[in-house]
Amino acid sequence: MTKHDLSNVRGDHRILCDFVASGSRVLDIGCGTGELLELLIDTRGVDGRGFDTSQKGVNEAVARGLSVVQGDADNDLAAYPDDAFDYAILSHTLQATMDPKQVLEQLLRIGKKVVVSFPNFGHWRNRMQLLFKGRMPVTDYLPYEWYDTPNIHFCTIRDFVALSEEVHAKVIKAEALDARGQRIGFNAPWWVWNLIGDQAVFLLERK
Amino acid sequence: MTETASAKPEKTPNISPSTQASVAAAQMDMPASKLMRFGSDNPLRLDEGTELAPWQIAYETYGELNEDKTNAILVCHALTGDQYVASENPVTGKPGWWSMMVGPGQPVDTDKYFVICANVLGGCLGTTGPACTNPETNEVYGLDLPVVTIGDMVRSQAKLVEALGIETLFAVVGGSMGGMQVLQWASAYPEKVFAAVPIAAGPRHSSQNIAFHEVGRQAVMADPDWCHGQYAKEGKRPMKGLSVARMAAHITYMSDESLHSKFGRNLQDRSAITFGFDADFQIESYLRHQGMTFVDRFDANSYLYVTRAMDYFDLAAAHGGKLANAFLHSTTRFCVMSFTTDWLFPTSESKDIVRALNAAGANVSFVEIESSRGHDAFLLDEPELFKTMRGFLTGAAKARGIPAPGNGD
Repeated sequence: MTKHDLSNVRGDHRILCDFVASGSRVLDIGCGTGELLELLIDTRGVDGRGFDTSQKGVNEAVARGLSVVQGDADNDLAAYPDDAFDYAILSHTLQATMDPKQVLEQLLRIGKKVVVSFPNFGHWRNRMQLLFKGRMPVTDYLPYEWYDTPNIHFCTIRDFVALSEEVHAKVIKAEALDARGQRIGFNAPWWVWNLIGDQAVFLLERK
Repeated sequence: MTETASAKPEKTPNISPSTQASVAAAQMDMPASKLMRFGSDNPLRLDEGTELAPWQIAYETYGELNEDKTNAILVCHALTGDQYVASENPVTGKPGWWSMMVGPGQPVDTDKYFVICANVLGGCLGTTGPACTNPETNEVYGLDLPVVTIGDMVRSQAKLVEALGIETLFAVVGGSMGGMQVLQWASAYPEKVFAAVPIAAGPRHSSQNIAFHEVGRQAVMADPDWCHGQYAKEGKRPMKGLSVARMAAHITYMSDESLHSKFGRNLQDRSAITFGFDADFQIESYLRHQGMTFVDRFDANSYLYVTRAMDYFDLAAAHGGKLANAFLHSTTRFCVMSFTTDWLFPTSESKDIVRALNAAGANVSFVEIESSRGHDAFLLDEPELFKTMRGFLTGAAKARGIPAPGNGD
């Protein structure tokens, strides 16, 4: 029996779970209080470890019995050996790192496969706000003002595809999600997803 | 209660009650706690290169060992701690030093687990140490006891655990020097340690820490009553020196913040400074009290030995200079904890451990706890500490298939 009813789970978490094979070794970077990690352990039986910058979140996760350490993706990933995990997961964290490219490279080094989810800055509503209001977009997904956002490195879906190319990663799977966190269930060119996807989940591996 | 590990029980050395030295030795030789004696057929190999035999280890246990012997937790004590982790210390009459952590319904739940705590090698409450009787001479060891290390302490505990019939410990936990022992356990006996909780510890003793210990040792040795370590024979005790050593050390256990909030510049039982060298300030009076009460319960030579053991600890150096090598292929689950205002074993030291464990691919949790109380926080009422221990042991117990700690209600 699992504690989780998948229908109530955050959209990107549900897709992340689909991307991860049962019983694998997983590192969740930016795991917060361990919600996704617990979901993966309960539904996929993974050997899961977590990693987060917030000591408060980490303490809560450890008190829940999860293996989580405090650290930041920019500095502390270097300690992990190559291929240490079957999956390195970066859920809604890439845009908050100092050096997303280097972080992605580290992920591809320590994980045999890499799962990344991120909010799509290229969504049409963001474009409209910038175009018509001339202000940085503030939406349900991106609720911060430009001056207090932890999201210092936004990207669009097409930007991420380009970055993957640059770090020699192969896209195995990708999904775009709509505003309700539901999978956009048709195949379309990147530029279409880039317009209508509120967020995206990518499964990558080294080329 | 006395148990004997080897087939041939060692006789208690025959002590003449005529001198004060032998009376003191008798206390060290025959503790009120449980005692395991190891005979000449079961020597303890020491890092120094020699063997110790016969030798003995004094310990306490709490709770019941389950049928599969899978629920044993070893608690390692700090520098001046003892085996009375959750029961009254017979010397001081004080309650167990970690009774908030260890006991029925506590995070280290004695209703669920079999808890062992042993006095360290070189200590002075029943385990072989410099205040014990040297069976070869029938006199107190004094400085004739070989210098011991954290590795030696752990080796002696491993022999005790083995003698108790326990193959794998569910957990090894401890703070400060106890945390060093936890790391040594996990490194030297990875297959015997299911879970490890080093708290407020480091992978090595830093230069600053060695410096403070050296000040303490010099204070002891500068006391004329130390008599080159032979004070027991001379019927003396270097109380002044040991007291100063404790005063200096005690400062390192607290934080600037805790000293300030506890004492500030408050005066002790007076309304103005006296233009003299009495204890004008509360902090002076407090430290003097700490020093004076310490000498009643601790042996000066023991203090030299145990501080030295900490100084010599350097887990990376023992593994080719690379800390991760100390934990390669480890399947132990680790939970590392530190405190924000601990400057004796700052968070950076715990992070070194965590990084090494990650590099070794080990399973590790790390929690830094916000506290104003410095190094001593690990012994105090810190709810986050207990919450973390309870949560971690719950996860580990689930993985081991044994009951989790009670919920503490």
